[in-house]
Amino acid sequence: MKHFFLASILAGALALPAYAADYTIMAPAAPGGGWDQTARSLQTALQQEKISGNVQVMNVPGAGGTIGIAQFASQQKGKPNALMVGGYVMVGAILTNKSPVTLKDVTPIARLTGEYEAIVVPASSDIKTIGDLVAKLKANPGAVSWGGGSAGGTDHILVGLLAKAAGVDPTKINYIAFSGGGEALAAILGSQVTAGVSSYGEFESQVKAGTLRLLALSADKKIEGVDAPTLKESGFDVVLQNWRMVAAAPGLSAEQKKAIQGDVEKLVKSKTWQETLKTKGWADTYLSGEAFDAQLAKDISATEAVLKDIGLVK
Amino acid sequence: MATFEFLLQGLLAAAQPLNLLYALIGVTLGTAVGVLPGIGPALTVALLLPVTYRLDPTGSLIMFAGIYYGGMYGGSTTSILLNTPGESSSIVTALEGNKMARAGRGGPALATAAIGSFVAGLIATLLLAFIAPYIVKLALVFGPREYFALMVLAFVTVSSAFGDSTLRGLTSLFIGLAFSVVGIDQLTGQNRLSFGIPDLLDGIEVTTMAVAMFAIGETLFIAAQGDKGPDKVEAVRGSIWMSAQDWARSWKAWLRGTLIGFPIGAMPAGGAEIGTFLSYATEKRLTRYPEEFGNGAIEGVAGPEAANNASAAGTLVPLLTLGLPTTATAAIMLAGFQQYGLQPGPLLFATNPQLVWGLIASLLIANLMLLVLNLPLVGLWVKLLTIPKPWLYAGILLFATLGTIGANPSVFELGMLLTFGLLGYVMRVFGYPIAPVVVGLILGPLAEQQLRRSLAISQGDVTTLVQSPIAAVLLVLAALALIVPLILRARGRGEVLSQMAASED
Repeated sequence: MKHFFLASILAGALALPAYAADYTIMAPAAPGGGWDQTARSLQTALQQEKISGNVQVMNVPGAGGTIGIAQFASQQKGKPNALMVGGYVMVGAILTNKSPVTLKDVTPIARLTGEYEAIVVPASSDIKTIGDLVAKLKANPGAVSWGGGSAGGTDHILVGLLAKAAGVDPTKINYIAFSGGGEALAAILGSQVTAGVSSYGEFESQVKAGTLRLLALSADKKIEGVDAPTLKESGFDVVLQNWRMVAAAPGLSAEQKKAIQGDVEKLVKSKTWQETLKTKGWADTYLSGEAFDAQLAKDISATEAVLKDIGLVK
Repeated sequence: MATFEFLLQGLLAAAQPLNLLYALIGVTLGTAVGVLPGIGPALTVALLLPVTYRLDPTGSLIMFAGIYYGGMYGGSTTSILLNTPGESSSIVTALEGNKMARAGRGGPALATAAIGSFVAGLIATLLLAFIAPYIVKLALVFGPREYFALMVLAFVTVSSAFGDSTLRGLTSLFIGLAFSVVGIDQLTGQNRLSFGIPDLLDGIEVTTMAVAMFAIGETLFIAAQGDKGPDKVEAVRGSIWMSAQDWARSWKAWLRGTLIGFPIGAMPAGGAEIGTFLSYATEKRLTRYPEEFGNGAIEGVAGPEAANNASAAGTLVPLLTLGLPTTATAAIMLAGFQQYGLQPGPLLFATNPQLVWGLIASLLIANLMLLVLNLPLVGLWVKLLTIPKPWLYAGILLFATLGTIGANPSVFELGMLLTFGLLGYVMRVFGYPIAPVVVGLILGPLAEQQLRRSLAISQGDVTTLVQSPIAAVLLVLAALALIVPLILRARGRGEVLSQMAASED
């Protein structure tokens, strides 16, 4: 009996590592934003699906995530239970801020979610199609003011890519950066700017209420239930996804990396996560392993090129 | 009529015992985090969000509402008693409130803050309920040039908060403006004055600066004086409750503060602080007791506190009607809505009236709960002042440091806290006012960005700044506020000015 008892404790102790690590997730942004929400949704899903026992979220805000990534790379090195949320915005911020720590200094695990960018005009605008807008842009690039998020961010990059695809000098675009999508939305609704750019989710309720006109989406193919063409369909070869990912610490062994990838895959397939995606309106763009590494490299070089074109990166 | 029915239903739902308990937990937590410098309501709501998954929508919204209003209220307590603003929007409260506390009038100061917050919260919540769709139309008219004009007006009017010497006040303001350009320039993405230090890329955190200048600077100043410092603070002189005169002087300030704070809070790029600045300036101009300003005038507490709470309600206008979160707390509340599959926006009032009215009802309940919770506590809070000075200031130092570390776990941030604390000390020693530094840090980037945005939109045409009627009116007001006192003073008719001010209300 006594032996049985001991054995069960031992078995329990041995089984514990199989219950995976108590992850700590860093959101390299202040509470409230997309990365913070992603980190907290991960926390809830990992715990509810019993993939991890106790998950902590910590916020390290600043400079498009470059403060967070620098801290993450140096302090969590070699720790197999440290995760960080990041995304496409970080790719641009690393380039514009000349951050010494880049995504090469962490271990990207998987892309989790993504949102496509939308181009809108106020309902009262005389611009009816994306063609009208580009025609105006071609006629006088400075006269078309674009409202969107921070300089060098996803919204700015999309305008640069569109200008380039339309044969307009990207350095001539008149991009008005607002602090965050909310302030930009107010300026667009108030017709302070010609057109607006942001994630489709930011505009969705306004588009449905008829106060904004959706001109185009930056998706690779038409999105079901959204009444607008893609930029590609409209003749501009631009596809842009504002994705969010999860990365692990640098200096991990191949096994440790595989274990984390396994946990993340379990998470992505779980019911809790799928429900979270639905309530938050996030698209499941899960991509892992070598496919993700290749996509990431492609995104980084394309972003660097367009930031140089706009003149933000020398 | 339907509006009233929904509101009544919401009130009935919110008044159920369990929901009242949630409201109590919310306001208690909110007040607690408001009192601690650095830890804001945003972080608290973010931490609580996962917990509320298990509650029903009504319950969790009631708790959010409690935290939100509680946080706005809690900041004033430490401002008044300890000259340590917990949030940037209670900086102005410290100016007169702390002077009152030192003169033994901490009780009336806390009471006018509590009742003023209640009155403002009540009126502003009702305004939110009934005129939100109209207010939001007005807010959308405000583009970059109108905001710029508003900032100019704010700059001119807050100069009255600069103390006795305009030169010293302006010096402080420009120190703040210089600090405000540090970091990534929002419009071009270029780094300014960051000296290659990544921690400076996002600029200088207003709360860090405020806590450092007020709390750390004050502590150093007191410590440096040693035993030579002013005599023991008289904790209570006279009644700890408001006298008839206090009431008479407060009620108009509450109403004016509400009227200033609510629309500014509703503007997507306004911010709670600006309402408090404008309210303070207004009270100072209208008071019959100008000599008391700077020495503990009760209007200087009543007005800004009301403006602060009214703008908290104002913030919910763009959130509910447009789905626009204009503060970090509002952004997290938006995430809270989405958790129940709701998308705030132009259709929310039509598609989910129960929820919207439930929220508005919970705000009313939270507001009442705060008053009930805080008024009896006034007596207890005032006792804080009787704590021996070394203990009290050691405690302030501890809480200021903990709060900063709690909000941003970084050694660099702590270094900034101490450096600015030293700066605050030096400025005190040489008699420079502290508040304008923080005012400059807050208003500087807003004014600069809005000016550059309006010029970018007009492609460099400066006349755009006066082409909008609203902007033109605001600029004229600013010019009048600047020129009229100068002319009157030049003619040696300063008395006329103060008489005018006295007869205006």
